[in-house]
Amino acid sequence: MASCLIVDDSKVVRMVARRILEDLKFEIREAEDGKGALDSCLNEMPDVILLDWNMPVMNGIEFLRELRASDGGDGPVVVFCTTENDMAHIREAISAGANEYIMKPFDRAIIEAKFSQVGVL
Amino acid sequence: MNSQDFQLLSGIVRDRSGLILTEDKVYLLESRLVPLARQRGLNTLSDLANELRRGNDEKLKEDITEAMTTNETFFFRDNKPFDIFKQSILPHLLETRSSRKTLRIWNAACSTGQEPYSVAMLLKEEAAKMAGWRVEILATDISNEVLEKAKSGLYSQFEVQRGLPIQLLIKYFQQMGEMWQIDSSIRAMVKFQKVNLLESLAMLGSFDVIFCRNVLIYFDHETKAKVLSQMHKILANDGALFLGGAETVLGICDDLNPVNGLRGVYTPAAGGILSPGK
Repeated sequence: MASCLIVDDSKVVRMVARRILEDLKFEIREAEDGKGALDSCLNEMPDVILLDWNMPVMNGIEFLRELRASDGGDGPVVVFCTTENDMAHIREAISAGANEYIMKPFDRAIIEAKFSQVGVL
Repeated sequence: MNSQDFQLLSGIVRDRSGLILTEDKVYLLESRLVPLARQRGLNTLSDLANELRRGNDEKLKEDITEAMTTNETFFFRDNKPFDIFKQSILPHLLETRSSRKTLRIWNAACSTGQEPYSVAMLLKEEAAKMAGWRVEILATDISNEVLEKAKSGLYSQFEVQRGLPIQLLIKYFQQMGEMWQIDSSIRAMVKFQKVNLLESLAMLGSFDVIFCRNVLIYFDHETKAKVLSQMHKILANDGALFLGGAETVLGICDDLNPVNGLRGVYTPAAGGILSPGK
């Protein structure tokens, strides 16, 4: 079973994403900010990370840069999932090493389509 | 709505588009046609049926057909057919047509344009192999409304997230407020035209590739046979017809055969894309 780390400071978003991804047979871990996500990854890299942008302590883009610079950090597929829905943010995320980008609000169809595109479904 | 009303409304849709609506699809008629009835100041589908009985209102019949035949679509739907097109069909066509350097592709029942634009983006990505080639992508649908949307190339945030890889969004779209518009260079590659698949298709000319996915499932056997036979006549001898995953030519049209190893792809029985010497 593939593992997915859901990183979002909103408990509701984590719950909705968890419900969809468990249904798609992912083993789920959660973190509520970039720092928690980094600790979780350094302990054990997940297969996929669903990543919010705006979070306290360490935001999504800072986390992604740290992740990609760390040992084994090029492994996980990273899918941003954020309310930042303009081209500048999308470009910044992709150049920082994100594999895909979801603009909130999302639903199951979008998660399935994006995860399928990056080859984890 | 009583049975006579259902027969009248579904009969109009069947005669004009080939779409078969069985009585278990009453909900579909209601969800699609009640808004149309309200636009005309009518409350129920029975009122709409009575309006039809009162006179020969061509515009109303056309609006009903349009409302019932508008189907959901998205960019690179199902992925696999586009992989097959890129990896197997396109290399074959580029090799066999290398002297004339022309390709004609038809997206039948293109709805709001995501499929032909997906093909156009795919070809644009392959541009390095296609220098000097003239490619025509014809995209047709029975509905004027969807064709207008398709021509505009404007899609919602939701639409651009279903099937479209983010790299292609960055490369080929501009943000227009809440919407995203596909680049004019991609729009210019696709010609949109209103075509009813039940009418003669001969005037469209011949094609190297036809995409007709998730359309035949709505037709009865006789209509499927008629449409496939017409498509066979305008498909190149070594051309490829793409059908949807739940569709087939088997038992319907002997002029076309499935291509081994390429799911959903059909080719003329008398020629064939993988025939020796092709």
